[in-house]
Amino acid sequence: MTLLAPARARELGVDRSRMDWVLVLATGAILVIGTLLVWSSTSTNEALTGGNETAYLRKQLVNIVIGLCLGVGVLLTDRRWVRIMAPVVYAGSVVGLLLVLAIGTTINGSRSWLMIGGLSVQPAEFAKLAVVVGMALLVAERLESSRRRTLGTLEVVLMLVIAGVPAVLILLQPDLGTMLVLTATIVGVLAAAGTPRRWLVALAAAGFATAVVVVTTGVLKAYQVNRFMAFTNPDLDPRGAGYNTTQARIAIGNGGLFGQGLFDGSQTRSGFVPEQHTDFVFTVAGEELGLVGAGILITLFAVLLWRALLIARQADDTFGRIAAAGIACWFGFQTFQNIGMCLGIMPVTGVPLPLVSYGGSSMFASLMAIGLLLNIQLRSTTRVAKRLPSPRLLGDR
Amino acid sequence: MAAVLIRPMASLRHTRRGRLRLLVMQVLMLSLFLTLFARLWYLQVFTGEEYQAKAAEQSVRDVVVQPVRGLIVDAMGRSLVTNRTSWVVSIDRTVLNKLDDHDRKALLRKVARTVKEPYDEVTARLLLCGTEKAVSGTCWNGSPFQPIPVAEDVPQVIAVQISEQPEEFPGVIARAETVRSYPSPFGINAAGIIGYLSPVTGDELEEAERTEDQSLNGASVVGRAGLEKSYDRWLRGVPGATKVAVDSMGRVLGDTASVAAQPGATLVTSIDAKVQSVVEKQLHTTIVNARKTFDPVTRRNYVADSGAVVVMDARTGGVIAMASQPTYDPEVWVGGITTKELTAITSEESGLPLVSRATQGQFAPGSTWKPLMTIGALNNGYSTDTRLNCSGGLQVGNRWFKNYQSASYGSIDFAKALELSCDTFFYRIGLNYWNKFGSDPEDVKAKDPLITVAKQFGFGRKTGLDIPGEADGRIADRAWKLSYWNAMKAKYCKIDAQNTTGKRDFLHVYAREFCLEGNRYRATDAVNYSIGQGDTTVTPIQLARAYAALSNGGTLYAPRIAKAVVSPDGTLIKKIKPVVQGKVKSTAAAMKYVDDALLGTAKTGTLAWKFGGFPLDEVPIRGKTGTAEVYGKQSTSWIATYTEDYVVVMMLTQAGTGSGTSGPAVRAIWESLYGITGEEVDRDRAAIPGVTPPKKLPQFFDDGSIMPPPGVGR
Repeated sequence: MTLLAPARARELGVDRSRMDWVLVLATGAILVIGTLLVWSSTSTNEALTGGNETAYLRKQLVNIVIGLCLGVGVLLTDRRWVRIMAPVVYAGSVVGLLLVLAIGTTINGSRSWLMIGGLSVQPAEFAKLAVVVGMALLVAERLESSRRRTLGTLEVVLMLVIAGVPAVLILLQPDLGTMLVLTATIVGVLAAAGTPRRWLVALAAAGFATAVVVVTTGVLKAYQVNRFMAFTNPDLDPRGAGYNTTQARIAIGNGGLFGQGLFDGSQTRSGFVPEQHTDFVFTVAGEELGLVGAGILITLFAVLLWRALLIARQADDTFGRIAAAGIACWFGFQTFQNIGMCLGIMPVTGVPLPLVSYGGSSMFASLMAIGLLLNIQLRSTTRVAKRLPSPRLLGDR
Repeated sequence: MAAVLIRPMASLRHTRRGRLRLLVMQVLMLSLFLTLFARLWYLQVFTGEEYQAKAAEQSVRDVVVQPVRGLIVDAMGRSLVTNRTSWVVSIDRTVLNKLDDHDRKALLRKVARTVKEPYDEVTARLLLCGTEKAVSGTCWNGSPFQPIPVAEDVPQVIAVQISEQPEEFPGVIARAETVRSYPSPFGINAAGIIGYLSPVTGDELEEAERTEDQSLNGASVVGRAGLEKSYDRWLRGVPGATKVAVDSMGRVLGDTASVAAQPGATLVTSIDAKVQSVVEKQLHTTIVNARKTFDPVTRRNYVADSGAVVVMDARTGGVIAMASQPTYDPEVWVGGITTKELTAITSEESGLPLVSRATQGQFAPGSTWKPLMTIGALNNGYSTDTRLNCSGGLQVGNRWFKNYQSASYGSIDFAKALELSCDTFFYRIGLNYWNKFGSDPEDVKAKDPLITVAKQFGFGRKTGLDIPGEADGRIADRAWKLSYWNAMKAKYCKIDAQNTTGKRDFLHVYAREFCLEGNRYRATDAVNYSIGQGDTTVTPIQLARAYAALSNGGTLYAPRIAKAVVSPDGTLIKKIKPVVQGKVKSTAAAMKYVDDALLGTAKTGTLAWKFGGFPLDEVPIRGKTGTAEVYGKQSTSWIATYTEDYVVVMMLTQAGTGSGTSGPAVRAIWESLYGITGEEVDRDRAAIPGVTPPKKLPQFFDDGSIMPPPGVGR
C-alpha cells in the first residue's frame, strides 16, 4: 500500500510485494462501477436527493473513504491484535443488535436501523463480520491450545452459540435476507473449520425441518410467505415484492446486450424500480451497461471470491483460514442472493450488494472484511514459500 | 518458541480436509455465478425484446399526497377543529380518454349509480376549468393528470367495492382523504372564529407557482375566513408526492417512490370552549326571549335579528369567546358546498350568517359611548367637580333634543351622569366644544376633543384582530361628513331636482337638506355624536377593546385569537404575543374616576335591576348600557362591562334596551367567568379554573394527546 512508508511496512511485517494486487484491483473496480451505478440511479430521483444530482454520489464517496480507512486499519493491524479485537467486534455488534430491537428505527417493515446523531447504522451488517471472526477465533483458540486436530462436540456447540445469538436477534427484527446470508456464512465457516460431516448433515436436516415447520404451521403469516415467494409469481404480492421483482426484470431485460448507456436507462431515469440505489442497484448495471457490463461486474465478484478462497487455502493458521473462508461464503452468498433477486431467481429480501449498494454500514463491513483478507494473506507464509524459498519459512520472527 | 515453530506444521496437516472443503466451496461459488450469468443472458438476450416492449409501455405518474391540515385548539388544549377520514372516489381522465365513447358513458353511469350522485354532476366535475362548458365552482382546477374527485364522503362499503373491482371500474380510484371535522366541545359552534375552507382558485395556483410555494396544488383546499384563513400558511402543511408506475391503460402497477406529506402545525388559541359555550347559549336564549317580548315603541315584538358577544382578556386583548348570531354550521363547507347550501347561507332571508356580527357588524354605540366621552372631557377643560344640568331636554339650533324619557335630574356630576346615562348632560359638553372650536360648520380641521378621544380608543379603524374581514366602523367627524357629501350629493341633488311637486316626506326633505348643506358639521351633529347616536358606528370587538383599555389603564391592544403555533410533534414554532396598538392619552386620575363611576351602573344605575344579589363587592363589575336608535328599525341594545380581568360586550339589533334585553345574559356570563352561584364566588369553579386565562400553553404529548396547561385542571 502506498499509504505505508517502506520502513514502517517492514516493521509491521508487511511486504508490499506480497500484496494480493488482483484482489485489490477487483475491489477497486467494483467500487468504481458501484459508485457510478449509485450516482446514476439517484441523479434524477428528486424525491431522494431534493434536486441535488450529486447528493448520493458525494455521500457514497464519503462512505467509501471511511470504509477504506477502516479496511486499511484492519489490514495494518497485527495478527495478535486482530485476535484480541475479534471478541470486541463481536460483543459490539451483539450490543448493536440489542439496541436496534430496543430503540431501533423501522424502515420497510423491519426494525433494522439505529439512529446515532443523524447517522443511520445497520448493526446486522457488522454482525456478519463479527460472526465470522468470532467463530474463527473460537476454533483457533481451542485447537491451538489443545493441539487437537479435529473439532469435538463442545467446539461445534460453542460455534453454534456464537453464531446463534446474533442470528436470533436478526430474526427478531425481522430481517430475513440477512438471516439467509448469515446462515450460508455459518455453514461455510463450520465446513471450513472442519466440523465432522455427521454434524453438517444433522444441521442441514434440522435447518430443512425448521423451514418446513415455519411455512406449514403458520409462524410466518400468509402474506409473508407470499412476499417471499413472489419472485416465482409476482401476482402473489402484486403491489409489494411482486412489483419489485417485475420492475427489476423489466429494467434488466431492457438493457439488452450492450445496455442503454450509463445515465441513459429509461427505466432507471423514471424510477420504476424501488430501492434502486440500495438493494436493486444491480438493475442499473443491467439496464445501462447491458449483458457485457453487468457480466463484467459479476466476473469481478467471481474474481474477488476466487482470491478470497485462495487466501483461505494458503492461510497458515486456523484463524486466517476459517475467517477467509467465512468471508468468501458471506460475500459469495450475499452477492448471489442480491443479484439473483434482481434477476428474479431469488426471493425479494433486503440484502445489499457488497461494495456496490448505497449505504454506510454495508460498505464499512465489506471493506473491513477485504482488509482482513489482505491482512491474512500478507502474513501467511505459504505463498512466499512457493514463490521464493526463504529461511523465514519456519518462523524466524 | 517451540510451540510457535510447531503450530503452523500441525495446522497444515490437520487442514487437509478443510482444504478439500474449500475446493468444494470454490466449485459451488463458480456454479452459483454461472447461474447468475446464464440468467442474465436469458433476460437480456433471449427474452430481451419482450421486456423492452414492456418497458416502453409503462410510464410513471406523480400523485399528490395531501397533507393533513393542522388542528385548532383552545387555551386548554380542547380541539376546536380536527380532521376526519372521508372516502373520495376519483376518476383518472387519462384512462377515461382511452375508452371509446360508449364505454366511457357506460363507465360514468355505473360510477354515478354506485356513488349515488347524478350522472350530470359526475360529468360536470370531470371537466377541466377553462374548457368549454366547464362550470366554475364545479369544474376541476387541478392537474389534468391527477385523478379528479367526483364524490366525497362515500360510504366505506362502496369505496371498498370500487377498489376491489378494478376491472369493473377502470381508472376509478377510491381512497381515504382527511377533511375538517368540528368536535364542538360543550356544543360550541364558533363558526365565525374558525372560518372555513374551499378549493384553491386558479389565481392562487398561479401565484403559488410564481412564488415557488410548494404548499399548494390543484387539489388543495385553502382557508377562506376566520382562523383558517389568517393562519392558513401554518395550518396548511406541505403536500407529499407518490410516483406510481402505470401501464398503457393507466392501471396502477405500484408505487415507485414517495415523499411523505408534512402535516400542518397546530394553532393554539386564547378561546376557552367552556366560556364560548356559555356565551353562545346566552346569546341564543336572549334572542329567543327578545322575540317573545313586546316592544312598546314600535308596538310589536322585538325582531332581534342579529347579535354578538365578545369576551376579552382585559390585560392582553386576547379573545376568550366571541359569538355572533345568526350563525351557520361550518360542516356545510366540508367536502365542497352545494349550490343549495351556499344560497341558504348567503341569502338575505337567512340573515347573512356569514357576516360575523362581532367583527363585521357596525352599529351606533349609543350610551356605551359616554364613558369614552367622559375621558375626553376630563382631559380637556372639564373636571371631576364639574356639575351640569341634566334637564329633560335641550334646544340646539331649531331642534329640541330630549333626555331619555324626558327625565330631569337637576345639576349632577360626571359620575351621576354616567350612572343615570343622562343625555342632556353630554349634549351640553358636545355643544360647548362645538361652540368653542368649531362653530364654523365648514371648517373641516376644527378641533374636537370628543372626536380625538374616540380615535385614541381605536374607533373608526380595524382593530387588527387576527381574523380577516373586520369592519372599520366610523367616526362621523367633519372630514367624514365632507367626503360622504361629495360621494352622495349627486344622488340626493337629483332626487331633490326631480321633486317638482314639492313633496314633503322624509326622503325628499332629507334629500333637499343634504343636497344644499350635507357637508356642514352642525351643532346637532356634535350633540348627537356626544351620546353615540347619528352616523358614528362601532363593531362589538372595537367596543370590547376600548373597554379593555378602560380596565387596564389605557392600553389599546390589537385583539388576538391565536396564542401560538405548535408543530405536529408538539414543539413551539411561534408564540403570538399581545400587540399594543396605542395608548389613550389621559390622566390616570381621569381613568380612575371613570372606572369608579362605572361601578355605579350595576350597583345603583341602569343595570342594577338585573344585578340584584350579585356579589359586586367581590367581583366589582363596571359597565355601561346603551340603546341606540336606528331610523326605521327597533333600537340596538348594548351592554359593555368589565372587571380587572375581562371585558364582556353584548350587542343585539332590534331588541330594545341594553339592560332589559341583555342584562340576564351578561350576568350569566360573568357568573360563569368567576364561578358564581347565587352570592357565592368560588374561583376554582369558574369556567376557567382560577378565573384568569392560563399564561402557559397546553401540553402536547408524543402520542398526539393534548392536555391543559401545567397546573390547570379541566
